[in-house]
Amino acid sequence: MSGADTSSTVRIALLFPELLGTYGDGGNAVVLAKRLSWRGIPAEIVTVAAGSTVPDSCDLYLLGGGEDGPQVAAANELGLDGPLHRAVAGGAVLFAVCAGMQITGRAFLGADGQPQQGLGLLDCVTRRTSEPRAVGELVVEPDPLWGLERLTGFENHGGRTKPGATAQVLGRVTAGVGNGSVSVDADGQASEGILAHVGDGWVLGTYLHGPALARNPSLADLLLRWTTDAELAPLPEVDDEAARLRADRFVAIDAGRLDGVAHKTLRDRILRRN
Amino acid sequence: MRTRHAARTRAALLTGRVVAGASRRAGQGTGSVIGGRASLLVEPDLLATLARGQRVALVSATNGKTTMTHLLSAAVRAADPAARVATNAEGANMGPGLVAALGAPPDATTAVLEVDERWLATVLADVGPAVVVLGNLSRDQLDRTQEVRTIADGWRDALGRLPTHAVVANADDPLVTWAADGAPRVVWVAPGPLWTLDAGGCPSCAGRIEFTDTTWRCRSCSFARPDPDVWLDGNDLVWADGRRLTLDLGLPGRANRANAALVLAAADAMGLDVDAAAHALRSVRDVAGRYRQADVGGADVRLLMAKNPSGWQEAIDMLRPAPVPLVAAINARIADGRDPSWLWDVPFEHLTDRFVVAVGDRKHDLAVRLAYAEVEHAVARDLIDAVRLLAERAADGVDYLGNYTAFQDELDEVGR
Repeated sequence: MSGADTSSTVRIALLFPELLGTYGDGGNAVVLAKRLSWRGIPAEIVTVAAGSTVPDSCDLYLLGGGEDGPQVAAANELGLDGPLHRAVAGGAVLFAVCAGMQITGRAFLGADGQPQQGLGLLDCVTRRTSEPRAVGELVVEPDPLWGLERLTGFENHGGRTKPGATAQVLGRVTAGVGNGSVSVDADGQASEGILAHVGDGWVLGTYLHGPALARNPSLADLLLRWTTDAELAPLPEVDDEAARLRADRFVAIDAGRLDGVAHKTLRDRILRRN
Repeated sequence: MRTRHAARTRAALLTGRVVAGASRRAGQGTGSVIGGRASLLVEPDLLATLARGQRVALVSATNGKTTMTHLLSAAVRAADPAARVATNAEGANMGPGLVAALGAPPDATTAVLEVDERWLATVLADVGPAVVVLGNLSRDQLDRTQEVRTIADGWRDALGRLPTHAVVANADDPLVTWAADGAPRVVWVAPGPLWTLDAGGCPSCAGRIEFTDTTWRCRSCSFARPDPDVWLDGNDLVWADGRRLTLDLGLPGRANRANAALVLAAADAMGLDVDAAAHALRSVRDVAGRYRQADVGGADVRLLMAKNPSGWQEAIDMLRPAPVPLVAAINARIADGRDPSWLWDVPFEHLTDRFVVAVGDRKHDLAVRLAYAEVEHAVARDLIDAVRLLAERAADGVDYLGNYTAFQDELDEVGR
């Protein structure tokens, strides 16, 4: 959305939820739409199914996490220079999670394990290392540049993402894997997320599920500030509840119990059944 | 040779019973799993040995496998009164639990076994030809189990390779269809499409599956819904050969109508009288504590369990009409999967007509989800606390819906 025009509806495109909806990331669309409408800014979620035309006129675009095959299908749908590229160049915001971030980079892993060309909107390359799949709580100390609170989420990915020379990162990993060992800085700390200002638009990739924007209201509002120049009033009611969720997660992690379980019952440990 | 084998089998079962009994006395559940593990240490081929000579039905699905196993056991007992049925009624559904179930009745003639999705190939290889009932496949505990497509591929490989008497498969589920497609004899059952969110990608060509209200097909290849042999027409179950019967169930919801359809098709494939089998289904009103009504703090609470987004969607369909309030319980322990982000795929927006209380280890995750669904809600410590908080709102009863470990904890509270 351009300029200070807040009278028109903010259109949020949820891209291919049937391909990239495996980890509840569709919830990010709900969070963004509600945080706008509660502030008196009309918002609309445009669900874009694979195989249908991707609109280039939306204000915000969302890609989520998914399995390897559907990830490749989503990349093929978007192409190397398609409506999404035009929208971002024209000022739209793209928020891409996990598999969505990987395909948005310069290269990612195809279903056959071979490198495949990505959308090229983020300066990063995702590859496989010998390290095990990263599964668990992820905590990120954000770069002060972005004005964010500490970030919390759940990560679940096999690939590791190396930021390119021009890449900006979301922050540094304080618990979990994030971009992984291929991204460590001089202090030996891994980074998380990749950002880019592309044309007039913004692209933000991250490994945070949860969904990320439900757990991190400040991240949701960063995307909304990029999208609209409207004043973003505080939302104390829902953000108090989010604060309790966040406190729960940080307490669990600080106590070294990454799964946030106060106590595992003996039955849990013995049965491991579903 | 044979007698030594039998002696070892007896020793294995005895070991299992001793260990299970010790576990039970220590207050750790039924002890069937740990007992089964002990038995398998003594005799690794125990599953094959115990299943020999029995008529076997294996039931697997992401959701409803415990329910289908209870329904099919009831159907077998009613349609074949001489049968002695071995079954894992408590839902211990991996190798050790199956050994404990098969070893329990010494004179069993028929085994009706719920099998964990990831164990199906192994179990089928061990027990030999069986009737295999495949209900549905959807996302479940993604942080620790294989992704759902890998499970479908594993089933397909096993069912194409190993002998079966018949595969009774849900034709309205593309992933189940993919899994059963290669089996020599398939009874296709169409209970109606329920959850399609996880089957958008074609398992055959990676194209896109297109769903209508009644059918599905791939837009890019020939993979499509098979013509059903048995289907649901409202409350009636109809066979392509003209037979028709009306379902009369003791369990609520369309998901249980789908479960019953698969079970009666399986009873038919096992050569049982389907009218007698259908008659027995009404008596099943409690499935390992699920659907039970209990008095909690003076309120009439009905207990429901669901583990994943598709299960929660169907459980929400089973709730009593508003304004009966809901107490929803979410844990994210190992057995639940440690990532509860699937809460965002559950249509909580359907609950704006009632009050919901969030409980469980992850009650605040649920509260945030309810806030964005604009559902009136509160947070409480546990079910008792929630009933107290609901006060007069609980006068006409309370529905409780918990995920796996939350529900098990609640059963411990109200008594199994």
